[in-house]
Amino acid sequence: MARRRTDKFRWRHKHLLGLRDLRRGEIEHILDTAEGFEEISTRSIKKAPVLRGKVVVNMFFEDSTRTRNSFTLAANRLSADVIEFTKTASSVSKGETLIDTARNLEAMGIDIVVIRHGAGGAPKLVSRSINACVVNAGDGFNEHPTQALLDVYTIRKVCGGFEGLKVGIVGDIAHSRVARSNIWALSKLGAQVILIGPPTLMPSCVEQLPVRVSYSLDAVLEELDVINMLRIQFERLGGNPFPSVREYSHFFGLTVDRMKRAKPDLVVMHPGPINRGLEIESEVADGPNSVILQQVAHGLAVRMAVLFLVHQAAIEEQREHRQKHRG
Amino acid sequence: MERLLDAKQIDAALHKLCQAVAADCADPTHLVVIGVRSRGEVLAERLATRLARQFNRSVPCGTLDITLYRDDLNDPQGEGQPTVRSTEIDFNVDGRLVLLVDDVLHTGRSVRAAMDALVDLGRPRAIRLAVLVDRGGREFPIQANYVGIHPDVPDDQAVRVHLTETDGRDEVVVD
Repeated sequence: MARRRTDKFRWRHKHLLGLRDLRRGEIEHILDTAEGFEEISTRSIKKAPVLRGKVVVNMFFEDSTRTRNSFTLAANRLSADVIEFTKTASSVSKGETLIDTARNLEAMGIDIVVIRHGAGGAPKLVSRSINACVVNAGDGFNEHPTQALLDVYTIRKVCGGFEGLKVGIVGDIAHSRVARSNIWALSKLGAQVILIGPPTLMPSCVEQLPVRVSYSLDAVLEELDVINMLRIQFERLGGNPFPSVREYSHFFGLTVDRMKRAKPDLVVMHPGPINRGLEIESEVADGPNSVILQQVAHGLAVRMAVLFLVHQAAIEEQREHRQKHRG
Repeated sequence: MERLLDAKQIDAALHKLCQAVAADCADPTHLVVIGVRSRGEVLAERLATRLARQFNRSVPCGTLDITLYRDDLNDPQGEGQPTVRSTEIDFNVDGRLVLLVDDVLHTGRSVRAAMDALVDLGRPRAIRLAVLVDRGGREFPIQANYVGIHPDVPDDQAVRVHLTETDGRDEVVVD
């Protein structure tokens, strides 16, 4: 989609903590910027000298392969150096606090911290204690902004826009930061969000979110333009939210049968990793409606754009500081 | 505000550029035209059309976005936040004769950035530079192969190229 942009936009956020506090224009600016970065991955030399001489730290306190590798590769493609930090191989296992860990890393001269943490709000806490830019790579049940950005980037590419679009998010909404960030992004961009799942997996206060709720997939299936199948996160599920995996699959799984009843061009998404045969059948995940692998490719472009923008905002801050002291 | 070129004169300058490129290019098989965003993009399209007519064969044309290669990208004393757009070149530049097109040649820094961006895409056989206006004031040792006009412009003034496709009219002014 080659849209000509003539207006100058100033990105002012040195940290990307979530999408809840961003305006529509700001989200669109990230998506527009990502378009410019997508081409880099198609070249023979897949690198641009954007963050040359800068250091990015991946601070992951929770397991991740996709997001972590995607951030590492994004930083590498922008020519930054990357430090990989893991909870088990660090002083965190010796009792160091989150803020001390971040301050120690900062003392080594880092520019951007990418952080994933089990506690919601951890990235915000870090952003208040250090000068470097902070990017949230998933915090507790709060937000996972870059995942939602790559989801909406994919939807915009495939559907052309958001007006009048009905997007279903299916599964464990209560424990999903991906769902939360998607709800903020999609509603700001003008799409209608329908949360679908058993009542036991809906968040409390769901009526305060800008969404519709359906406890039955079959009741809304035919209306949907896009369906985002969340993974059942067994590691986060407490109690017995549904009687059995088979029953969940029966009512909420995306099957070949259900695809026959859906709109023929229904866009099928999944943030990965997939539980094949549970929330989605293999034939659907690998079928013509699936954009799951495109999502992964787009994630790289979106993360390059985010790293670029937060760093530009940090430079902007220095620029303003200089002008204030000159004038 | 002083006008350097009107629509007719821009057309004549492009004609002159096209003739000069054609005269140097015995074999147009490998010729491609690449414009630097955003005014260079429009000029490149116009030149490619003219060259195609001249050679009676299609001449591939693409657009280079040099934002990520600018040397003031991370400079707090730089101009301010740049907007990243896409590079759109749907052909391979390996072994090609690249005619790089920009509107105004001044310090030479944009051309340096454009050449760095180009060699990241592949290995052209040669790069030649065509500009509509060479206003002097070079900070890098860079020279154009084909120049529309060479005006004398004082350092504190800016040369602005307006083109119908982007600005609604064709003219070059100093202000």
